[in-house]
Amino acid sequence: MTVKANNNYEQDMVGDGLHSLQKVIESHREEEKSVWKYILIGVCVLFLTVMLVIPLAVVIINALKDGWTAYKEAVVDRYTLKALQLTLVVTVLTVLVNTIFGVCASVLLSKFYFWGRQILAALIDIPFSVSPVIAGLLFILTFGNKGWMGGFLQQHNIKIVFAAPGIVLATMFVTFPFVFRELFPVMNAQGKDEEEAAALMRAGGFMIFRKITFPHIKWALLYGIILCTARAMGEFGAVSVVSGHLRGKTNTLPLHVEILYNEFHSTEAFAVSSILVILAVALLILRSFVEWKRK
Amino acid sequence: MEQEIVKVKNKKGVRVIPGFGLLMGVTLTMLSCLVLIPLASIFLSVGRLNAREFFEIVTSRQIVSGYMVSIFCALGAALINALFGMMLAWVLVRYDFPGKRLMDGLIELPFALPTAVAGISLTYLYSDQGWIGSFFDKLGVKIAYTRGGIVIAMVFVGIPFVVRAVQPVLEKLDRQYEEAAMMLGAGKCYTFFSVILPEVFPALLAGFGLAFARGIGEYGSVVFIAGNIPYKTQIAPLLIMSKLEQYKYADAAAIALVLLVFSFILMLVINSVQIYAQRFSKG
Amino acid sequence: MEKKMMEETAAYVEMKHINKTFDGFQASRDVSFGVEKGRLASLLGPSGSGKTTILRMIAGLDRPDSGDIFINGARVNDIPGSKREIGFVFQNYALFRYMTVADNIAFGLKVQKKGKAEIKERVEELLELISMEDLKKRYPHQLSGGQRQRVAFARALAPNPQILLLDEPFAAIDAKVRRELRAWLREMIRRVGITSVFVTHDQEEAMEVADTVIVINQGQIEQMGTPEEICGQPQTEFVRAFFDIKRDLWHKK
Repeated sequence: MTVKANNNYEQDMVGDGLHSLQKVIESHREEEKSVWKYILIGVCVLFLTVMLVIPLAVVIINALKDGWTAYKEAVVDRYTLKALQLTLVVTVLTVLVNTIFGVCASVLLSKFYFWGRQILAALIDIPFSVSPVIAGLLFILTFGNKGWMGGFLQQHNIKIVFAAPGIVLATMFVTFPFVFRELFPVMNAQGKDEEEAAALMRAGGFMIFRKITFPHIKWALLYGIILCTARAMGEFGAVSVVSGHLRGKTNTLPLHVEILYNEFHSTEAFAVSSILVILAVALLILRSFVEWKRK
Repeated sequence: MEQEIVKVKNKKGVRVIPGFGLLMGVTLTMLSCLVLIPLASIFLSVGRLNAREFFEIVTSRQIVSGYMVSIFCALGAALINALFGMMLAWVLVRYDFPGKRLMDGLIELPFALPTAVAGISLTYLYSDQGWIGSFFDKLGVKIAYTRGGIVIAMVFVGIPFVVRAVQPVLEKLDRQYEEAAMMLGAGKCYTFFSVILPEVFPALLAGFGLAFARGIGEYGSVVFIAGNIPYKTQIAPLLIMSKLEQYKYADAAAIALVLLVFSFILMLVINSVQIYAQRFSKG
Repeated sequence: MEKKMMEETAAYVEMKHINKTFDGFQASRDVSFGVEKGRLASLLGPSGSGKTTILRMIAGLDRPDSGDIFINGARVNDIPGSKREIGFVFQNYALFRYMTVADNIAFGLKVQKKGKAEIKERVEELLELISMEDLKKRYPHQLSGGQRQRVAFARALAPNPQILLLDEPFAAIDAKVRRELRAWLREMIRRVGITSVFVTHDQEEAMEVADTVIVINQGQIEQMGTPEEICGQPQTEFVRAFFDIKRDLWHKK
């Protein structure tokens, strides 16, 4: 029985049929119906309820404890609005800068081959393993009056630390890798064939980015921006170090929460917190939407 | 094959896609201004101390106890998160149930919720007047203003790390491994510990490490619930803060440097394990 | 006594009127066949014909919608796969990546809580059978495709199963060594004398290795018989076409 092997036969005959059938079978793998399923789901629900849902509920309930009027007063308080304003400015600037950086760095690291790529990627990740308090400290050590740039800044009457610029810088440091981390894996997986093809057709760099790279990454980019926004708006440790805690001047919303809480204005503290909770939940919903769109 | 061709091209300095110089310039400038130069300042500041001074600062009783509180509480929290994170990832990947999407979205909450808000909320909840704290108070257990409270705050901030690290690996894991174990007569528990756990272990460890590192550095959510009792519930970042308030910048830098080195070593170990584990994944 | 005689002559593995549907896709339509004890049967058909599904149902990895599966005369529909005493060689072998060759083979024995000495003895015996004594401390990623297949084979045999099932055992192997391994596997199965069923899409493989060939198309059995019968007297248009293509190609060359 010497029949010549013919491996192409099956591909010719069924084509894509194979994949679709396997998908069907995958999706139908019999789901476990043991008690384990319910025990595990139960434990997880309990854990998340105690650790996440109840703390969230506590904020809202305490914020409304003294009634709607008290809540409204705390929220439209002059200092609260000032803090909200500063938080928004800081967040917008941070997200802008980190988005520009994230896009540039991930294009650079995914579309070009050069010596030291790995090292550069590792350096970008540094802020992930730096405590926010240390992040703040770094800027005091750099720009503070005892820092090595302090003398120069004082001469020219530029204030960075204990002022808004310091807050912006510290927030940027803490959220520095966020957009990059979301974009880089997507761009890397996409490869560079399409860009190279376009470049050989004499397309310019910006044109290539807009027409070829960007469509692949737009959802990942949005996702990274959302994460960066959430983190920037809520940053506390780093900002707490570099802000002088001047009410109405260098107070962001999270810092304002701390001051109110430490002054035993608990209801007001929770009322201001509730603004941040609403923003956080809104961002989470947006995040889920983007994730759903991506798939 | 293709990759090799590109490499050869690049060795000769031929880059097809334009913009390399510009991107390199922007990236390096921003990285230097925002990360590298500030990071260098810490070495400049510590450099002003001589070795003995440095050693005295970082081994003083209060500082050492701060390190210990931070490290051990973060370790405990990371272990708790490894356990529940593994469970959550399993439940989210393997089971279908109503509210699954909500659960999946909720996991990200600690990333999005400002740490200060989490801090005051947890403090209220676990203090002897709060819903959970008052219950434990009757049992004679205090949570807020003890190390237990610190651990809870660190668990809160670390929840997403393990789940998000393990989830994709579990999703991609070939069911054939489990089926093979089952055909050899193994029960579900045995299969989980002998076959599935080794497969997800590198990811689990990575998530654990990130949660651990986050816990060590965490300030906002911990500072309220800790109560900051010297030698008991003072965490290392708080000590940096208080040195700063006393304008002892060099001291603060010294404490910070030790923490930084610890975090970097932690990351290095985790990355090494990841690289080691990749050796097994061929074929 | 008489009953026992009956069982021995009857099929050892038997499928009766099996139907299975996935999402409206009928993977098995009224499949009935039997494999006698000690025989080596092959399920042959193009991809998507439902042959792997049949194998998985024998193993207890999938459940039929209707119909009965008998092993050694007992209905096993409600017995989990882990208790059916079946050895299964997966298409990609599914060797445990973080275990050495020896640990992979020992897995099924450890599950049965056998004594250390007994496990060691059995593992050595199997390593000798597959001639891999020198490689017992290697990890799967350090083995060639053929070596992996041999380990998967030994692992499946370790707990002394009554039936051996193999899903496309040669699909992941280079064409060059495939022929050699085929002869090796047939020889091994003969030597162990275990009732075996293997799935393949390659006619040559089925013809060369199996005692009985079961040709399957679109979830149905087209023809069943010895390789000679099937090749010599194809009973349906499909079987004829399936083998004709091969012959044509062969003649062209």
